[in-house]
Amino acid sequence: MSNAATQTNTGGLGRLIRRYPFLPALIILVLLLALNGIFEPRSLSFRSMTGLISTYLALMMLSVAQTYVVFSGDIDLSAGSIVSLVNVSVIVLMQKWGGDGFSVIAACLVGALIGLACGLINGIVVAGLRLQAIVATFATSIFFTGLALTVLPVAGTPAPEAYWTTYGGRFLGIPFVFYAVAAVAILLAILMRMRLTTQMLAVGDDQQAAFQSGLPVTAIRIKGYVFCGLFAALAALCITGDTASGDPLVGGKMTLYSVAAVVLGGSALAGGFGTVTGSLIGALIIGLINALVFFVGTPSEWQNFVQGLAILLALMTGILVSRGARA
Amino acid sequence: MSTDALPSKSGGNAALAFAKKPLVVALILIVLLLAVGEWLSPGFASPGQVLRLLIVAALLGIVAAGQNLVILGGREGIDLSVGGIVSLAAILAGNVMNGADSGILPAILVCIVVGGLFGLINGVGVTLLRIPPLVMTLGMLGVLQGLLVVIRNGIPSGRAAPGLSDFVVKPFLLGLPGIIWLWLLIGLAMAFLLRRTVFGYRVYAIGSNEQAAFMAGVPVKTIRVALFMLSGVFAAIAGMCLLGYSGSSFANVGEQYMLPSIIAVVLGGTPLSGGKGGYTGTMAGAVLLVLLQSILTTVHIDEAGRQMVFGATLVALMLFYGRAKAMRG
Repeated sequence: MSNAATQTNTGGLGRLIRRYPFLPALIILVLLLALNGIFEPRSLSFRSMTGLISTYLALMMLSVAQTYVVFSGDIDLSAGSIVSLVNVSVIVLMQKWGGDGFSVIAACLVGALIGLACGLINGIVVAGLRLQAIVATFATSIFFTGLALTVLPVAGTPAPEAYWTTYGGRFLGIPFVFYAVAAVAILLAILMRMRLTTQMLAVGDDQQAAFQSGLPVTAIRIKGYVFCGLFAALAALCITGDTASGDPLVGGKMTLYSVAAVVLGGSALAGGFGTVTGSLIGALIIGLINALVFFVGTPSEWQNFVQGLAILLALMTGILVSRGARA
Repeated sequence: MSTDALPSKSGGNAALAFAKKPLVVALILIVLLLAVGEWLSPGFASPGQVLRLLIVAALLGIVAAGQNLVILGGREGIDLSVGGIVSLAAILAGNVMNGADSGILPAILVCIVVGGLFGLINGVGVTLLRIPPLVMTLGMLGVLQGLLVVIRNGIPSGRAAPGLSDFVVKPFLLGLPGIIWLWLLIGLAMAFLLRRTVFGYRVYAIGSNEQAAFMAGVPVKTIRVALFMLSGVFAAIAGMCLLGYSGSSFANVGEQYMLPSIIAVVLGGTPLSGGKGGYTGTMAGAVLLVLLQSILTTVHIDEAGRQMVFGATLVALMLFYGRAKAMRG
């Protein structure tokens, strides 16, 4: 479908990208999949795909989280620290409550509530108190990291077996992570059709205009941060399943990757334009770049550099292509 | 330039307007925090301690100088790559001088060239390719972090020359170490650059209204590239000084400067939207930030509690500065 699109004139492509902003990202994704397949045919197997998704599901969730604040022109640099906080909280609660099935579910629910609360705090601080999002969420990230360190001072407490065997296991022959992906896809499809998404984009497009047309701008921005907190909590549940242990600093490095994934997905950081689908693809692009750098046989000390360079180039290409098509 | 950079002359509000100036707020807070520190642990505000604080603040302040310039230039100007450049410069300087005073000058040259080069790439990406600064410098940060791994694997990490360490820690003139004098010099140079040169006025012009500045014949792109290059150079200088401070460099030593350099700028009264503010406030902001961290280390609470108090205090401090205007119909 994407091939047919590139053959039409630029006007048509432009229209298509306006309607599906994640199209350039999708093309990059397909290219990366093809390259991965060429260099390591086994990487396209069902088994490898399952591995890729269970490793990067957390980043996918966090990128969705970041998207909801970027929609309205904000940013959340505390997203990673919310992941850490929820991760250690869930681990400690599951250990305290015995680690059986019921305690796992209860701990996950509490984790989601903690994520919501963190998002609400961010929303009140940024939109309510009208502070600058970058610096204010950096300040709250220090606060959340402190909280996470209070809950679990050092990394290492293991998750109960019931938790990670479920996350890494299968139901009716299908890996659990695929059910998780399907559930999130349905949730996102519903959210995409909600009026709130349009309102967030309207606020991001022109805050003053949105305000003058009667939208409760502050409330909408706060809701964006609450969504962000919720999805960051889901990311934490995924990472807990993947690493099977608690680490008060586990999410720190993920924040900037989530921002990169949002941009890779074709959303504008200035707000007003973007899709969550794009961010999901963006997170997968980061995962596939990391895999590809490994598969082409890059010497280990060069891997980080090549990954960084490839992500920078992908970011630039994505921005240039979507701008060229929109112009 | 915006009008609220000047104190308002309207009657009795003049005093209030003066007290609301970011620099004044920061200075008052600094004195207050020093008093609180002295009260919590006697000897906190002793000359020796204050000097040690100022050295740490100078390291942050030098990074923040470049950050300040990029932010002043507007169009969501920000430089997230400074953390990577600080680390890179610290490693490169260590390897070039490797404990020998004769290597200091070559190290300075290498650092300035490398910092300027990465700044140049950032600037070109932001202006010619019109990549948003946050994205460009974020991507560059990833590249720099990868480069650090490569360098660290190839060569054993070097040590600071004694001359460099003395410059940062030992008294040099009037009891103050060289790095404090360097920082003051940078402060003066920045004030001169921003307030007394065509370049400075052009920075404010493109920061407050890029379109108007362009129409008036300001070479917008050249100036913005220069700002990013300066940011890279300042970060590299700070990286070198950091090496002198700690003796040898360790992994990602510069990361601790990335976001704090932005906070110092904001606490100093330069809003992230650019076009107004200046470096004097940023210097006060850097001192304020380091002072706050230092007080929290003297108080006997654990690392976790310290971070929570630090984060909450930062939010409280920001309430004094540049809150966005409430929406009005």
